[in-house]
Amino acid sequence: MLNRRSALKVLNGAVVGLAAAAVFGPPAGAAAQAAPLEVTLGALMRKRPPPPLYEIDPVPPDEGAAGAALAAVDNNTTGRFTQQHYTLNQMVLEGGQAAPEAAAKLVDGGAGFLLVDLGPDELLAVVDALKGRDAVIFNVSAADDRLRGADCRGRLFHVAPSRAMLTDALAQYFAAKRWSKLFLIVGPKPGDALYAEAMRASARKFGLKIAAEKPWEFGPLARARGDSVTQADALVFTRGTDYDIMVVADEAGDFGDYIPFRTWDARLVAGTQGLVATSWHRAQDAWGSAQLQSRFYKEAKRFMRPVDYQAWTAMRAVGEAVTRLKSASPSAVADYLVSDAFQLAAFKGVPVTFRPWDRQLRQPILLAQPSAIVGVAPLPGFLHQRTVLDTLGTDLPETACHQT
Amino acid sequence: MWRRTAPAIAVAVAALWAGDAAAYSVYVSNEKGNSITVIDSETLTVIKTVPVGRRPRGITISPDGKSLYIAASDEDGVEVIDTATMTVARTLQSGPDPELFILHPTGNPLYIANEDDAQVTVVDVDKNQILAQVPVGVEPEGMGISPDGGMLVNTSETTNMAHFIDTASFQVVDSVLVDSRPRFAEFNKDGSKLWVSAEVGGTVTVIDPKTRAILKRITFAIPGVTPEAIQPVGVRVTRDGKTAFAALGPANRVAVIDGNSFEVTKYLLVGQRVWQLAFTPDEKYLFATNGNSNDVSVIDVAAMKVIKTIPVGEAPWGVVVAPK
Repeated sequence: MLNRRSALKVLNGAVVGLAAAAVFGPPAGAAAQAAPLEVTLGALMRKRPPPPLYEIDPVPPDEGAAGAALAAVDNNTTGRFTQQHYTLNQMVLEGGQAAPEAAAKLVDGGAGFLLVDLGPDELLAVVDALKGRDAVIFNVSAADDRLRGADCRGRLFHVAPSRAMLTDALAQYFAAKRWSKLFLIVGPKPGDALYAEAMRASARKFGLKIAAEKPWEFGPLARARGDSVTQADALVFTRGTDYDIMVVADEAGDFGDYIPFRTWDARLVAGTQGLVATSWHRAQDAWGSAQLQSRFYKEAKRFMRPVDYQAWTAMRAVGEAVTRLKSASPSAVADYLVSDAFQLAAFKGVPVTFRPWDRQLRQPILLAQPSAIVGVAPLPGFLHQRTVLDTLGTDLPETACHQT
Repeated sequence: MWRRTAPAIAVAVAALWAGDAAAYSVYVSNEKGNSITVIDSETLTVIKTVPVGRRPRGITISPDGKSLYIAASDEDGVEVIDTATMTVARTLQSGPDPELFILHPTGNPLYIANEDDAQVTVVDVDKNQILAQVPVGVEPEGMGISPDGGMLVNTSETTNMAHFIDTASFQVVDSVLVDSRPRFAEFNKDGSKLWVSAEVGGTVTVIDPKTRAILKRITFAIPGVTPEAIQPVGVRVTRDGKTAFAALGPANRVAVIDGNSFEVTKYLLVGQRVWQLAFTPDEKYLFATNGNSNDVSVIDVAAMKVIKTIPVGEAPWGVVVAPK
């Protein structure tokens, strides 16, 4: 039986339920080999807070880590033929632990590549603390456009799609359907304001109109129980506006699912709930995705989530670059990732690559409802002189990233 | 080409008269239809549709034409269909999630790619016995075998390699890195060349099977089709090695390639998302499965033209033609 356990080690903090290090031998019968090229990666994340009450789909404790672990197995299976061995050291931060120190410890331990699943401020603190070290950092979860713009950093790559990419994907779909009048509902949290800002920019970019915009002031009604008192104001506040589709900005999932079927007029809902734009979805099965989904399910005993997919893609991007370069030098890998030579098969039907100007992963974005894929952006007909993938997110002429 | 000048009626009569000699059964696996469509190669019509196990993908036939092998991926088995009765005679052990396979030129054993498990399973088809399981790269798929049966080639889609496996020792003796997501491996009939398609890389790599040196990386360009839509999958080479055909997936084209210069000479427009190809034994026709338009395109090899489109089951995946 083939040994397929992961090469994941948890150095500190909570153990997240993944198998410990395994031994990967050379393929039987291959000629005598030199010592394999050792490639060490680090994964840094914070212990998840407990889910809010009435959370129907709570974030699993190993979100992200499980995707990276599967990619480590994949890289090591390939490594048996290329004489490369990958180790993933994971650090899960508890309450008061500081991210920059933990990141430095991972790099001290030999990690040349860090997969970081933290908010934008902590992520930047990590990158700045590692300035001058030979390490490449992958942002696997933060969607903030400023990280790709004014706050970009030279050795920081983004595998997670930016908010602009997500809202551009939706806007392309609305434009293709000729739903040109949007009603935007904006939640009270900082991320909601940023999402709304991205949606407004996407509307301008694709010729749509914000017909109305209202803040959500009725609390987390999506988390209310079925026998809760109905809030009359929430049922009528969409009345009296002429619009084609409702767009909700609610990244925490507090109220967005309350809106469908409760709008005054019979209108569809999109945005952070309803029809969503995402890097990955459990209903995705085209382009060989069914294989990745089933391999992931077998290892993690749950469906693959977008952050899992993003961590898998970061780990595989390193594996692909090291395989082609036959070198694990972080600076050589960073240069290779933004070169024309790099391309990665990531189950999206087209190769994914990095934009050299802000190191954002170019990727098709899935448009999905809870249990089905509705479309894939870029939508047919949206053209670009470089690649149609650059119709999503910030293009070279408008980038505010001047760090290279 | 006497047919071009002959009157239409004479052509039809001649075709009927010649029917006994040149009519082959063409078998198409319908991945989402859970069925096999049988086509008559002379009348180019569907004879029957036969239900099989879930998610049939890889399909091949024994050299005597009596046994049809179907990889029923979601059943974790290979179904053996008796072509005389077109019923499932038995199910072979296959290892988990069989996708593609290839028979030894003698008709035994069968080499199966287990996509979910990073291995190739070797099965004795007479005894229904697993002879070996060979660890390969992530998501093994394409399977090719040298005409002398000595060298098996497997492509792994996520590892991006062609693995060369010695069929006597069941050991991987070499691995060649190719472009992203290699899907298919095909030897020339004289064993001189190996063709490996890379679906996401958009290329076909020609390898010298003896030295394992890359002879050529063939790229494709079609006016009005984005480079991303060019996704080569199935490859077939004529017996004389002079012409190769590559199915280009969502580019909806089959590329015609000069077998010596490796130049692309023509693109034939077929149905949507063309994946697998199979010649009739006389190489008069090449059949191409179009997974998204649920049909099969028939290419007249001498004329280099698509002459017919035949509707089949849902999501046609693989195709094989009976040897006689």
